[in-house]
Amino acid sequence: MAKTASPVLVLAGAEAGDLRALEDYRRAGGYASLEQARKLGSERVIAEIKESGIRGRGGAGFPMGQKASFIPAPEKTAKPIYLVVNADESEPGAFKDREIIERVPHRLIEGMQIAALAIQAEACFIYIRGEYLTGSEIFAAALAEAEAAGLVGIPITVHRGAGAYICGEETALLESLEGKRGQPRSKPPFPALVGLYDSPTLINNVETIATVPKIIELGGAAYAKIGVAGSTGTRLFSLSGNVVRGGNYELPHGTTFRELIEDCGGGISEGRKLKAIIPGGSSTPILGADQIDTPMDYASMEKAGSFIGSASVIVIDDRACMVQLALRLTQFYMNESCGKCTPCREGTRWLEMILRKIEEGRASRAELDLLLDVCDRILGNCLCPLGDSNAMIVASYVRHFRAEFEAHVEKGGCPVAATSSLTGVRSPVDELYRGRVGQEAAL
Amino acid sequence: MVELIDEIRAVADRYPERKSAVIPALRLAQEHYGYLTSEAFREVAAALGTTPAYCRGIASFYDMFELEPAGAHTIEICTNASCALVGAAQVLEAFERELGITAGETTPDGRVTLRSAECLGGCGRGTVVAIDHRYREPVRPEDVPAIVEELRRG
Ligand SMILES: Cc1cc2nc3c(=O)[nH]c(=O)nc-3n(C[C@H](O)[C@H](O)[C@H](O)COP(=O)(O)O)c2cc1C
Ligand code: SF4
Ligand code: FES
Repeated sequence: MAKTASPVLVLAGAEAGDLRALEDYRRAGGYASLEQARKLGSERVIAEIKESGIRGRGGAGFPMGQKASFIPAPEKTAKPIYLVVNADESEPGAFKDREIIERVPHRLIEGMQIAALAIQAEACFIYIRGEYLTGSEIFAAALAEAEAAGLVGIPITVHRGAGAYICGEETALLESLEGKRGQPRSKPPFPALVGLYDSPTLINNVETIATVPKIIELGGAAYAKIGVAGSTGTRLFSLSGNVVRGGNYELPHGTTFRELIEDCGGGISEGRKLKAIIPGGSSTPILGADQIDTPMDYASMEKAGSFIGSASVIVIDDRACMVQLALRLTQFYMNESCGKCTPCREGTRWLEMILRKIEEGRASRAELDLLLDVCDRILGNCLCPLGDSNAMIVASYVRHFRAEFEAHVEKGGCPVAATSSLTGVRSPVDELYRGRVGQEAAL
Repeated sequence: MVELIDEIRAVADRYPERKSAVIPALRLAQEHYGYLTSEAFREVAAALGTTPAYCRGIASFYDMFELEPAGAHTIEICTNASCALVGAAQVLEAFERELGITAGETTPDGRVTLRSAECLGGCGRGTVVAIDHRYREPVRPEDVPAIVEELRRG
């Protein structure tokens, strides 16, 4: 597939240095799109966004224009309309929203003002994960500068979370923002109709919103020409793991893993061999090394058996034990399960117990079957995608690396323990649940 | 000096509904008392017009609230996938050696609490370590003695 020189949109102007100061962002053409949007008016802004084909960058990939058009007009609702930006970024492998917040905060503010204008919102909120202390300070400073310059017509409130991955799920985020425990709501109703304080609410990811000024600048039709059909525009790919140069790389959809890992990332570190790729954040099924030429777009990724998710690519070299990796990630889901529904709350705990037994060489063949059986019982039975994600990825690790799981069972331990890059890795779960004897008796 | 209750009320005014300020209010109370004491819960509840039990329920849901006294400094080491692949286990072990404690514990002099953490959002520059919530990235085992020394002094 021939691709034209890759355009930089979301991070445009920040190549040489961060655009934190208003003056610098202005010099890079900043806030011209907001002015343009004010001239276009609500309907035409939504039309441009629709025409751009942009799909949400938070993971689910829902078309933004369509979601915005679900928001009722102010005269059709007695309630105020809200815009909420999801900056909870906590998916293992993802660090792109932080880069946007810290390097081009004004583009995010401009995007929020345009999106808020489009849906005729009364107020905007940005929910930033609590751990991003520096990021929230940078954003707040940029916001203060924009406010002082009279650029923030629709007020923005910065809300910091307090450490809970589940608050990235949009309805859990709304609960948390309302001052409750961050537990997902059942849908429908969708937030577009019943969102924050039961009011119509548009929720979008940081990157989605930070793309909006460029869509207005280029025009929806021109934006749609970047990338590939069905996956328009550029994407901030977060590259991490066993790669020479980790970092965020803004590239058009349709770029292959090989181009990202080898051309941008400088290849596998220490000259090792690629073993596997986590393609779209920890919640997406794993891919084998032979899938390195898969283009990173929605359709190609699904054909490959996974998802583009949050476009967070974790490179895994030949030293990693896949059972250890599956166990460490399962500990994450178990720890972050909000506990609202049984298949997730109990299922993730079972997955963790069985994987630990396999890893330590104490599991039988029947327990390897039981692992997949538990995955089956979780899948499709959860209130939100967190539980499903854990089941889906564990099943994918076994599918791709069955021989390695079987070797643990047959040899009574990890065949590569002495050399595995993951040997000895611990998680918060280990600190919280010391003395696990009682729990394992249940197995 | 501004009273805690006034600070909380000022934050609550930024939201359409007062209860939305529970997280920022608990954070302010934690900064004030060092950790969330019974007194802290009573004050937050009074300022927001809710109950201490409600506030406890919220605090226990989120990782960043301290329900017990913690060290003057916290060190959190990300041990999730990307960092684990590039040696987070060795970084955590180096901190344990240097501090003489196990992850999850506080040094006997009360200066430092050491924890492993879930993904901190710096995966491309692993291993990511947060010291009092400020990131150091990447941290390698050989960087650890100097970091610990810095905390002992500071
Ligand atoms: C467990 C879980 C965690 C999520 N975390 C995030 C997150 O940190 N940031 C985000 O933008 N979306 C996250 N999402 C997706 C959101 O629910 C939602 O789809 C998204 O914010 C919508 O914005 P978008 O359409 O612009 O992607 C998460 C979903 C789930 C199920
Ligand atoms: S799937 Fe898990 S995280 Fe999601 S609502 Fe159910 S218990 Fe909570
Ligand atoms: S995995 Fe360590 S910061 Fe993301």
